[in-house]
Amino acid sequence: MMEPITTLTPTQTEALIRKLTALADDEIILAHRDGEWTGHAPILEEDIALANIAQDELGHATLYLDLRRALDGCDADRLAFFRGADEYTNVRLVELPKGDWAFTMLRQFLFDAYEALWLSAAQKSNYVPLAEIAAKAVREEKFHLQHTALWVERLALGTEESRRRMQNALNELWPHVAQLFAPLPGEADLVAVGILPELEKVRASWESFVLPHLTEKCDLLLPMVPAQAQEGREVHTEHLAPLLAEMQSVARQHANAEVW
Amino acid sequence: MTTAHVTPEQVWTALAAVPDPEIPVVSVTDMGMVRDVTVDGGHVTVTFTPTFSGCPALHVIRDSIGEAVRALGVEDVEVRSTLTPPWTTDWIQPDARERLRQYGIAPPAPAEASPLITLDPDPTRCPRCGSLNVRMTASFGPTLCKRLYVCDSCREPFEGFKSV
Repeated sequence: MMEPITTLTPTQTEALIRKLTALADDEIILAHRDGEWTGHAPILEEDIALANIAQDELGHATLYLDLRRALDGCDADRLAFFRGADEYTNVRLVELPKGDWAFTMLRQFLFDAYEALWLSAAQKSNYVPLAEIAAKAVREEKFHLQHTALWVERLALGTEESRRRMQNALNELWPHVAQLFAPLPGEADLVAVGILPELEKVRASWESFVLPHLTEKCDLLLPMVPAQAQEGREVHTEHLAPLLAEMQSVARQHANAEVW
Repeated sequence: MTTAHVTPEQVWTALAAVPDPEIPVVSVTDMGMVRDVTVDGGHVTVTFTPTFSGCPALHVIRDSIGEAVRALGVEDVEVRSTLTPPWTTDWIQPDARERLRQYGIAPPAPAEASPLITLDPDPTRCPRCGSLNVRMTASFGPTLCKRLYVCDSCREPFEGFKSV
């Protein structure tokens, strides 16, 4: 066990700010996509469940941005509501349109497994503020993972139609998962000193959980896709800008309001 | 107006009357949310730990704690939040569990150290008739801390606390 790190070098601070922002951006954008189901989910209980999950993910974004605020004094609301698509650093997986219920549940499952395992590893960070929020958030994340793992199974093994939709969702989403495990500039240095978990290790544990669930338990076929993400988090699909336009419209119209 | 001098015990007593905004039959101390009270001359610091990170009632809880201490005549109140150790349902007081049950919310099973990935729900009893013949009907409820159940013995739907 390495000694706790209490002071960061300027380079480490910059890299950690980049990472915390990326982590928060994933949560904000995914929460928005989940929130698009509010009032539209197939049954009332799932409407409530997805709203709960979205609320938790926003809670996690707040935890990450609170850590960033301690480093650079940032304002979480301004970051969320006044940055454009070219400044957001979420993975492309989370910004894709909400699709059907199979797509939504599978995306959430793939992300939940990644988040739960990343947080689980981050509990051992020697940067204490990160270890603390990881210990908090991982307890919440496991409820998401239980829920979405069961939905993926239910649809994959359900009717011909539900299975077809789940397989389609997997084909569409799978090329985007590699980006979750692509390190950011400067991240390797933070891993080397024990501040951040190593993404390759998280990926290995993710695969040992996700792959058997999809193939053995749910009898789905894994698509053949490139092994690595091609582009960085500054490159987005055409879907992010319209999402932000909607998400930010109230805040931008009432820029001086204290509560949106 | 001069600031009153209070003891930590007086502050704890005042906080024991601050209800959880979403479950009014229990207080913030019943829930184990208040972690520490310090009194330094006229300056009172209350440290609390949030239940769920996305709980929309957090700012209400923070404000209510501040108001309860100010009601004792203390002007200089600081309400801090801490995440360490993370809140667990194991901190809910035994008599508060009984009040939850009487209110119709099944209290949480022991959380302890459970494996990260468990697909089996915790055993839950119907808060009205005590039967274990219950079904979870939704794994998320009207608030982040609860799930929905129905009892197959007495036919009543009810809410149950998640074990965290």
